[in-house]
Amino acid sequence: MVETAPRTLFEKVWDSHVVERLPDGTCVLYIDRHLTHEVTSPQAFESLRMAGRKVRRPDATIAVVDHNIPTSDRSAGISEPESRLQVETLERNVVEFGVPYFPVNDPRQGIVHIIGPEQGISLPGMTIVCGDSHTSTHGAMGALAFGIGSSEVEHVLATQTLLQKPAKSMLVQVDGVLPAGCTAKDIVLAIIGKIGTAGGTGHVIEYAGEAIRALDMAGRMTVCNMTIEGGARAGMIAPDETTFAYVTGKPFAPKGAALEQAIAYWRTLPSDAGAAYDSVVTLNAADISPMVTWGTNPEAVVPITGTVPDPAAEPDEGKRAQLQRMVEYMALAPGQKLAGVPIDVVFIGSCTNGRIEDIRAAAAIAKGRKVASGVRALVVPGSGIVKQQAEAEGLDRILLDAGFEWREAGCSMCLGMNPDKLTPGQRCASTSNRNFEGRQGPGGRTHLVSPAMAAAAAVTGKLTDVREFA
Amino acid sequence: MQAFTTLTGIAAPLPLANVDTDKIIPARFLKTIKRTGLGVHLFDTLRYDAEGKERPEFVLNQEPYRHAEILIAHENFGCGSSREHAPWALLDFGIRCVIAPDFADIFFNNSFKNGILPIRLPRPVCDLLIEDAKLGGNARVTIDLARQVVVRPNGEEIAFDVDPFRKHSLLEGLDDIGQTLMHAAAIDAYETTQPDWMPGIR
Ligand code: SF4
Repeated sequence: MVETAPRTLFEKVWDSHVVERLPDGTCVLYIDRHLTHEVTSPQAFESLRMAGRKVRRPDATIAVVDHNIPTSDRSAGISEPESRLQVETLERNVVEFGVPYFPVNDPRQGIVHIIGPEQGISLPGMTIVCGDSHTSTHGAMGALAFGIGSSEVEHVLATQTLLQKPAKSMLVQVDGVLPAGCTAKDIVLAIIGKIGTAGGTGHVIEYAGEAIRALDMAGRMTVCNMTIEGGARAGMIAPDETTFAYVTGKPFAPKGAALEQAIAYWRTLPSDAGAAYDSVVTLNAADISPMVTWGTNPEAVVPITGTVPDPAAEPDEGKRAQLQRMVEYMALAPGQKLAGVPIDVVFIGSCTNGRIEDIRAAAAIAKGRKVASGVRALVVPGSGIVKQQAEAEGLDRILLDAGFEWREAGCSMCLGMNPDKLTPGQRCASTSNRNFEGRQGPGGRTHLVSPAMAAAAAVTGKLTDVREFA
Repeated sequence: MQAFTTLTGIAAPLPLANVDTDKIIPARFLKTIKRTGLGVHLFDTLRYDAEGKERPEFVLNQEPYRHAEILIAHENFGCGSSREHAPWALLDFGIRCVIAPDFADIFFNNSFKNGILPIRLPRPVCDLLIEDAKLGGNARVTIDLARQVVVRPNGEEIAFDVDPFRKHSLLEGLDDIGQTLMHAAAIDAYETTQPDWMPGIR
């Protein structure tokens, strides 16, 4: 097969996974990696069992627990009966179907989107799925990675394929150099602020440009992670030397000659000059400031120097009502400055910002300072490996001395499914990805920020411009 | 999967944009290992107050909308998570069709797989249907999938688009896995072409 027309990264990965193209354009798409966790898999395994089907490729599947598990001492097991049932159900299913599994006491356990790249399970050029919308994270490797529902989880378990139609493509080009105090989190919040929460619907986004190239893998994962908050199911970044250096030596990554063969192939993946996109968005990184969300979706975001918008200024009635509702829910006033808003809780972790680089950034601010009185600040590593690494670097001590809590790996306060929750009315500076009403606990109020911004909020007790700490 | 052919029922107006999956079913109710039983928690925070009492002003707490089978909403319905609990909660409540100007991709996909028909219609048409729905019990709406029309209470027909493959699967109640396994030989053949560098997880 000779391909002559210039192709995008997405098209190259897509084309190499088409098993069959059906007359209406639907493709049977081969899936290289399938990650599963306790929340979205039980119904899929149950249906598989009822239909008498097997897992087609257990060796392309990995299971881990993350959403439900407590992040405090786990030696006594999980006390919450429903959470325990989900975890026990997964443990039964992995045995019955022969799926590799990182149990709760395995140091490799962690948030599914952290452990995939960390273990070399997620590699460039692959198709990767998981019953979780933040599967977009793995696109940072130069893979096509997207979230699926439980019916599709079952479909992949049974067939190792999905029925899909190619998405439209969007290029998000971020040129220029990111100012001091700004991070990948601020880039992606700025992008979502620009395109909106539905801006990417139906698209796969490719992130490119000088500011993206300059990011380390952790930063690239943060950007791709939040792609879904802009409505796109997948975000991708072309693999380059940074990617290859990251992959090298990872436990499940190819080694020796196989790695050389792989890298030679991965070098062919970046979009060809002249490849066409359905839409193009450009940003200049130099214009980006540390960002903070003020409302209840990630598009409701402003620079930390900004103010809460006035709903009365919105001409569309429906949007006005929505803005009004957000201002009320968040207990803010139109025109109020974001800097200085007092917070009760700080959460540093999640698949967006639970990697070692994020914990280093938080510790750099925390060092020699104290968490403000009355503020509860949690640091939750994204995986057991991240936790070990942080402890080896002494970051846990810095954080503990400053008055932060240092927890076991898991999703924790990113969503209210385990014991770490906001109580009604509590306000949280969070490094997670969703600020929906009640996401971190019923009645909780979430401000999404970078890890450095979250740490700054912890020590001052209010939303703070981290550049003041320079 | 239950087939979807025609549906005549009560439509509930929900003139909200960006109804996210946490609004449809908050995360704390996702600890089930079954597909059923989530209907009581559908729109939990909108439907119940902090004490768990019904909020009388919420549409699904009112007659006749307690029996709604169709939901009409605004832009970007179903944004957020990939959890299929959102369509399961809708289905368990009795909703078989959601009409909105547009939907989040994963929710849109998941709906079809559970026998729920998501219909995209322009915002002014949704607003018209919302006005119809506000008329209450006598204002029944019909969805005819085979003919691809929504029939307003006054008899006027509004055409909608649907992907032919998905339409066929819904009409017949076909399971995707069975259809895909008809391509098993092609999947076997594809696997023999996988590169050596792509190791299994062992
Ligand atoms: S950390 Fe949050 S967003 Fe990420 S997988 Fe866990 S619950 Fe989902």
